[in-house]
Amino acid sequence: MPRVVVDVMLKPEILDPQGQAVANALPRLGVDDVASVRIGRRIEIEFTGEPDLDRAREIADKLLANPVIEDFTVHLVETDETAGAHP
Amino acid sequence: MTARVGVVTFPGSLDDGDAARAVRIAGAEPVRLWHGDPDLHGVDAVVLPGGFSYGDYLRCGAIARFAPVMETVVDAARGGLPVLGICNGFQILCEAHLLPGALTRNQHLHFRNRDQVLRIESAGTAWTNAFQPGQEVLIPVKNGEGCYVADPATLDQLEAEGRVVARYVGGNPNGSQRDIAAITNPAGNVVGIMPHPEHAVEALTGPSLDGLGFFTSVLKHLVGAPA
Repeated sequence: MPRVVVDVMLKPEILDPQGQAVANALPRLGVDDVASVRIGRRIEIEFTGEPDLDRAREIADKLLANPVIEDFTVHLVETDETAGAHP
Repeated sequence: MTARVGVVTFPGSLDDGDAARAVRIAGAEPVRLWHGDPDLHGVDAVVLPGGFSYGDYLRCGAIARFAPVMETVVDAARGGLPVLGICNGFQILCEAHLLPGALTRNQHLHFRNRDQVLRIESAGTAWTNAFQPGQEVLIPVKNGEGCYVADPATLDQLEAEGRVVARYVGGNPNGSQRDIAAITNPAGNVVGIMPHPEHAVEALTGPSLDGLGFFTSVLKHLVGAPA
């Protein structure tokens, strides 16, 4: 069954202290060529019927993202592309 | 007649008991309201207390906004019911679009728990009329996601309309834009505040009695308000 994936990211102008903390930890792994890290959230939605991108956008706009501070995108994936599935 | 002030308990609320106690010490009757019950039981005002409603899942306040009690609170607030959101309650008010902006992770990523000086910028709201404009008060702050953000136009509008209710003085504990600690809606009946006035209402447990003014303010407001 295809799923709808919603990616939620902080808007570019909103400071992401979590991402900064991760970026600051990278040199301790010996990684010194990363300019910045930003952290977002990926949500997978499975509908009871056919996947509905417009409905997913509505859900994202009303609940999954806060449009004051976050942007979101939606796209369809086949089940075997989703996180945790075996290749 | 004694004013009746509702205090909502969500799953994960922490400060509902203290908020109800502050209401009682201020001279009103606290009425405990339940998140799953849309009935406000005829209260004259509502406090949304601090804590971690719904485990702060998704975003702080994002799920609580859809609780049955909130549908009624949002409608009543638009009709003029005084509503005070403290900490998590402030986050819920922003998520419910009763107040503009959002509260994000403290810029330094640390949870901050300390007694904090605030300057009351607006004494014209239902919850701050017992103060003098410019008065400084000492109230505990304790939050992990208390950094107030909004776009510059919204911030300018809040300032121009006198809707910044309180600012942090002597150090900003969370990185909030323009040191904002509390804001109000255009009508002045809905106030969101990040620090905790309900923890500063008696000498035994608080750093001051300054928090009491928020609760006596709403009683003053209700006496003056048309029935």
